[in-house]
Amino acid sequence: MNGLVMKSTVPNTLTFLFGFFLLFVNVSELSAQQSTTNQTAKPIVDIRIGYLRAYEPQLALSVLDIPPRDEGVAGANVAINDNNTTGKFLGQQFTLDITETKFNADLTSAFKEMVARGDRFILTDVSAKQLLAIADLAKDAGVLLFNVGSTDDILREEECRSNIFHTAPTRSMLADGLAQYLVWKQWRKWVLLYGSHDNDKLYADAIRRAATRFGATIVEERLYEDNGTARRTDSGVVLVQQQMPVFTQNLPEHDVVIVADESEVFGSYVPYRTWTPRPVAGTAGLVASSWHPASEQWGGVQIQNRFAKTTGRRMLSKDMQAWTAVRILGEAVTRAKSAETKQVEDYIKSDEFSIAAFKGQKLSFRNWNWQLRQPILIGDGHSVVSTSPQTGFLHQFSELDTLGVDRPETKCKLK
Amino acid sequence: MRHHMCLLAATVALPFLAQPSWANMVYVSNEKGNSVTVVDSQTMEVVKTIDVGQRPRGITISPDGKIVYVCASDDDTVQMIDTSTGEIIGSLPSGPDPELFTLSPDGKTLYIANEDDNLVTVIDVESKGVIAEIPVGVEPEGMGVSPDGKTIVNTSETTNMAHFIDTSTHEITDNVLVDSRPRYAQFKPDGSEVWVSAEIGGTVSVIDNKTRTVTHKITFEIQGLRSEQIQPVGIRISADGKKAYIALGPANRVAVVNTETYTVEKYVLVGQRVWQLAFMPDGKSIISTNGLSNDITFIDTETDEPIKSVTVGQLPWGVAVSPN
Repeated sequence: MNGLVMKSTVPNTLTFLFGFFLLFVNVSELSAQQSTTNQTAKPIVDIRIGYLRAYEPQLALSVLDIPPRDEGVAGANVAINDNNTTGKFLGQQFTLDITETKFNADLTSAFKEMVARGDRFILTDVSAKQLLAIADLAKDAGVLLFNVGSTDDILREEECRSNIFHTAPTRSMLADGLAQYLVWKQWRKWVLLYGSHDNDKLYADAIRRAATRFGATIVEERLYEDNGTARRTDSGVVLVQQQMPVFTQNLPEHDVVIVADESEVFGSYVPYRTWTPRPVAGTAGLVASSWHPASEQWGGVQIQNRFAKTTGRRMLSKDMQAWTAVRILGEAVTRAKSAETKQVEDYIKSDEFSIAAFKGQKLSFRNWNWQLRQPILIGDGHSVVSTSPQTGFLHQFSELDTLGVDRPETKCKLK
Repeated sequence: MRHHMCLLAATVALPFLAQPSWANMVYVSNEKGNSVTVVDSQTMEVVKTIDVGQRPRGITISPDGKIVYVCASDDDTVQMIDTSTGEIIGSLPSGPDPELFTLSPDGKTLYIANEDDNLVTVIDVESKGVIAEIPVGVEPEGMGVSPDGKTIVNTSETTNMAHFIDTSTHEITDNVLVDSRPRYAQFKPDGSEVWVSAEIGGTVSVIDNKTRTVTHKITFEIQGLRSEQIQPVGIRISADGKKAYIALGPANRVAVVNTETYTVEKYVLVGQRVWQLAFMPDGKSIISTNGLSNDITFIDTETDEPIKSVTVGQLPWGVAVSPN
């Protein structure tokens, strides 16, 4: 298994951070009486943040949608820089310790090595199955996990854990954000086209749930079976594009076509190729996400500029999810005046906790499953079209809780 | 701070732009309009629109009323407008992405927050030279100067601190942790306190200038509005130090705070996304910029009732009033 585990060789912006490892100081030196003035020389406290990632190069239907090599990691690094700019006033030094494995790999040994290196806060961009396999190990080791990658609702529901915080939104939050916009537009009759892989079906489930929740009707569903010839590099691609008009023929009257194809098998080929001219939304066309590379509202210009300058590309959702997780840790260490796991956890789980992440309002965690409440951006490949929750979707506690599974309906029992 | 100095100058009114001597000119930066709107305070009508650089935000005026300074954020410069002609007469080096700045009470030094570079740039206005660059926290924004000119306070939005900087050494002497996204720093006229707004935190921290610690935290509560919608930004404190006016962003209101009890006495409904404020030199009214409704509102400071709203350019951000 060790052969699959490697220290990241992600170059450029990432490598210089490893230099900071030399500045190792015991975490416990961050004393409770730490003053906010910086004139007295303070011991530098090193706070190691692990980043455990399952990575394999992926294809996409459009070359523009191929995930960048450092997706997510780049966001964590920008936040490490931000934390260290603040940290220089407080004697804190944050470092990122990146471990990469393959999809479906057993993470046990990789995780144990990270713990042995002193990581007590670990960001994960791995599958739900992989994450659950290390969740209890993490608990025993006193490690807090931050899920920055998986949108699987099950991690916040049946399989929720008290030591996993989720900065990634759930599929149900994404689907609800999209549904609120479509319903606000009065586009209430939907056709659902879904792929044959598990994650496509989970996305389709979230869409069905959202339709019921917000008063839309799915007038027909169609399954697109993946026969393995759709990819950009296959000649079958032409065929798939040509199939789309026929695939969408003879549908009942509808306002919008919803595509559920996280696996990138046919979804990107649906817009402009439907039999009847209808807008497309879901995983193609109008897409719901936690961030958008063109979002400039609410001070977004600043993080976008900072990110682009550091990485040479635009900021994607996973980058923002990782940025937010690292910033949460920076904020917690500063406010709790401690880098001890217990103090940090207590602060994040307290009512005082909130985090600013360029979304126009403070974000906080749902205390029944530790999912980060957040607005959902609705955009196409070009620009942000809207932000959900939409005006008029009310909630007795927080409008952000109109997105995703709410407290009264949760299946989560935190252990 | 600048304003109460200006009270002295206001009595020596000079007839710029051939206006009656009792009128003051109100200069409003329009972030999306790339312009500065000039409003006559007496008639409350727009008299001129001046095209400026891209994304104008921070705006201030020299103590003698002769020059308006505007941060043209996306052009990485500070532009100077001659108030007698309404023409741009030059620019100052500002460092990248200047957002907000503050002018020293003597009008000689400009302190600029450079959001993208985590710096405060110090400019000598006369020689147009950069005197110093001071590294601060992430996304520096708010800039306040003490009435004696000896201390400036910069707020950094992602670091969540107020940085106290000694203007003689250009060194940070204290860092005070405040709530999320601190936007603005305003000294009390007697220099005893600095008030710092936290947009996302939804609070205003009152920092004692002697001990450099937070002594009070002002919170806001408006019936029918969620706490997330209340986002304090601009702050102004009256010349007598008794009342503070705080712009509450998307809450569409200006809070009037008693500075002795630190409690809100009134919420004045103005326009959408209230951003910055400026007193008239006589202190009898205060003006708010309302970004999303593209207007400014004059508020009577005796009754704390809105007098009139005036449509300006697109996304009004900052406001400065001529002292004469």
